[in-house]
Amino acid sequence: MTAQQIIFILIALFTLGSAVMVVTTRNLVHAALWLVSTLFGVAAVYALLNANFIAVVQVVIYIGAIAILFIFAVMLTRKDMRDAGPQINKNWWAGVLVSLLVFGGLVYMLREWSGFTKTASELPPGFDSIGLLGEALVSPNAYVLPFEVASVLLLAALVGAVYVAFNPRAGNSDK
Amino acid sequence: MVPHSWYLILAAALFSVGMFGVLARRNAVAILLGVELMLNAVNINLVSFWRYSDVFSMSGQVFSIIVFAVTAAEVSVGLALVISMYRRRNTVIANDVDMLKF
Repeated sequence: MTAQQIIFILIALFTLGSAVMVVTTRNLVHAALWLVSTLFGVAAVYALLNANFIAVVQVVIYIGAIAILFIFAVMLTRKDMRDAGPQINKNWWAGVLVSLLVFGGLVYMLREWSGFTKTASELPPGFDSIGLLGEALVSPNAYVLPFEVASVLLLAALVGAVYVAFNPRAGNSDK
Repeated sequence: MVPHSWYLILAAALFSVGMFGVLARRNAVAILLGVELMLNAVNINLVSFWRYSDVFSMSGQVFSIIVFAVTAAEVSVGLALVISMYRRRNTVIANDVDMLKF
């Protein structure tokens, strides 16, 4: 077993353990913090895959923005956070069953695929994945249209979120 | 080198854990946390397929960037809905939001 494989296994165990804590912890603030550690594990997986830019974006966007947004939302809805009732449904066993079936089905289906045990080819010397990614995002015969549509989607989501979460009673205090 | 199967199995396991969170948790914010886990699993798959096939075709990385943007939109709108629901109905339990049920 090579060093890279041992590192992968450690990162995978860390990521999966944190993910299990995210879905089982009672306290939602702790769940959000476990989500941060899961996202760090995923960023490390990206770094192992030589996707440097994606790893940095994962840390900046997921951990820096989305996880913080979750912590804000948990604190704004704090009253129900640690209530006496159970945190999971009474038919949670069905969820376990469906998840295990999905996992088993995915692995069974992938095992039939010929590229399943393929190892990665060496990266060519001087390979510049960030430059290629930037060119692909703005080149007219690659992905410039989805890129611009994504920006419009973000704008629409921004306006929609402000509209939905706007509190008319608190917002009109200056009128 | 790590075989491709390890990444795919890690992504499948992460997806299943997130799916359990979505199906079993009662709190709406916790359901969104499960959705985050599922989206991350998909992203691991996209980036690993980029790495294990032609590295000069950037489709996998571009797709994962688009997934990042869509996730940010989804989380902002979803959490705004949860906060609005908390303000109007004073609950974040998904079972209690049944105005459309008859």
